[in-house]
Amino acid sequence: MRSDLFFIICLLIGGAVFAAAVALNNDYYFFAGYVVLQYVVLSTAWNILGGYCGYVNFGTAAFFALGAYTTVAIYKLYPLPIPLLLVAGGAVSVIVGFGMGYLTLRLRGAFFAIATLALAVVLQTLIVNWDFVGGSRGAYIVRPEAIAPFGNYVRYLFMVMLVLAAAAVTIARLIERSRLGYGFATIRDDELAAEASGVPTLRLKLIATTISGGLMGMAGAPFPYYIGYLQPSSTFGFDYAVNSIAMPLIGGTTSWVGPVIGAILLASLQQIATVTISSAVNLLIVGILLVVFVIVAPNGIIGLVHTYLQRKPDDFVGRRPVKTDAPGAPP
Amino acid sequence: MIFSFDLLINAVISGILIGGFYAAVTCGVSLSFGILDIVNIAHPAFIILGSYVAYIFNISFGLDPILAAIIATPAFYVLGAGIYQVYYVSFEKRGQESLRGLAFFFGLLFITEVTLVLYFGVDYRYVEARYIGPTWHFGFVDIPMRLLVPCVVSLLLIAVLQLVLTRTFVGRAIMAVAQDQLALQLMAVDPIRIKRIAFGISIATASLAGAFLIIIQPVEPSVGREYIGRVFAICVLGGMGSLPGTVIAAMLIGIVESMTSTFYGPSWAPAVSFGFLLLTLAVRPAGLLGR
Repeated sequence: MRSDLFFIICLLIGGAVFAAAVALNNDYYFFAGYVVLQYVVLSTAWNILGGYCGYVNFGTAAFFALGAYTTVAIYKLYPLPIPLLLVAGGAVSVIVGFGMGYLTLRLRGAFFAIATLALAVVLQTLIVNWDFVGGSRGAYIVRPEAIAPFGNYVRYLFMVMLVLAAAAVTIARLIERSRLGYGFATIRDDELAAEASGVPTLRLKLIATTISGGLMGMAGAPFPYYIGYLQPSSTFGFDYAVNSIAMPLIGGTTSWVGPVIGAILLASLQQIATVTISSAVNLLIVGILLVVFVIVAPNGIIGLVHTYLQRKPDDFVGRRPVKTDAPGAPP
Repeated sequence: MIFSFDLLINAVISGILIGGFYAAVTCGVSLSFGILDIVNIAHPAFIILGSYVAYIFNISFGLDPILAAIIATPAFYVLGAGIYQVYYVSFEKRGQESLRGLAFFFGLLFITEVTLVLYFGVDYRYVEARYIGPTWHFGFVDIPMRLLVPCVVSLLLIAVLQLVLTRTFVGRAIMAVAQDQLALQLMAVDPIRIKRIAFGISIATASLAGAFLIIIQPVEPSVGREYIGRVFAICVLGGMGSLPGTVIAAMLIGIVESMTSTFYGPSWAPAVSFGFLLLTLAVRPAGLLGR
């Protein structure tokens, strides 16, 4: 399937979801749906670097918060429309992602992972000390009541996130089937061999980090308008990091389907658990699911489905076969 | 801010004392990450667990926190050995340690933290001991006992670890397992058993480091996050797996952090270790005393 066609289909599915939510005539569905879509973007973005290249990014919260705080900073100067904020938030994240990637990606993967962990702490320090965006007290954003064709503003935000999610999934799918995607896969499978065969590994890793970070920043940009009150300790919370890692790993990291399945399942589960149980317990559930899945089902739900159906993996994820024969893996 | 000599000397001294404590926090990671090549990012969470164990012993039996931590080390050793066994069977054996192993430890970090939050809440907890209050004064130099005691015990701990690593058979086997597993097998040593012992020791040090932490400052479950960047920065700066390097790097970062918080304000201190980490990775990835 061509990518533009795929994007249109994604948008149509999104339109159907939007219409269904409108038909239910309950704004809660927009609030909850926004979070689910946000996680679709975040986990798809994480997977471009983590799943395709095999480099673990623990700093999702940092990139997400970069986008969110770019919005706050711009809002204090002059409130721009959301699509422009998306571009600005994405641009800031791209720059930071590129800079950090350049310094750490030349080394072994573990160093990059550690640096991303530390990045979140440092950015939080910067934001806490930066009074212009509210410092540790947090910042208020006044959400307009209504906007022209959508009526309610939350519906508009939902719509924006829907388009962003469709775009993110399309980009991921496009990468997966392009030369870029094959390059990424060689890095994941054997970086040394890839380097030896002339794959420009550093450049590819930088491209992946930049795309992934940019998408995360874009996902964060509308967030201040959604939440209304932005505070460093919750924006840099571990929830984003653990969720954006758990979702692709639970769904399956080798194709674009995995993060989408993982995000929709986990985020919906959390929305339900937050309402019915408590928000601390649902984070515990995510942590336990993550550990259980990486031990028991290394290829996620998609891997489970493959084994269950005993079908060739190619049928599901396009032309690139899923790596199922890891050395020493149980048959 | 007026620059004063007194402030500078006091900042350096408290930096050295804090650095001694950082060395205890980092020596476990130097063992697991530096020598065994296991990226145990959950180490700070185990340190917080150690803090809470010391806290429970302290409030229910009035036990000295450091003594409580020493009593708890066997339990932490068993915990560490168990975690390594799971890690080995699920990831190392299958050759998937890089991505999924990291996610595994991240999940452990998260589970430990959320469990502590659910059980103890997010209130700050502290311990009681005779040496927590008083401070020694030498002229204008202040030495708080609550920093001095952890620093001294921590340097003792590292000296013992270094002796074990260089003088005993098991210690030498631990140093060797990182270099050549096959050669170790040919000497009739089971490398997996050696790694299990080493990882157990690494987690056992977290028990002591946790007690030091709760002596130095009140603890709540998410305090551990601040230590992730710091611990790995010290480990990398010191040179992977070198305990003397770890001590030097810990003191260095302690001093710079202490000066930063004296002259620029404590809210900037967390950025110091990250700066060091990036600088080390960019300029000299082998670290100060790296081989």
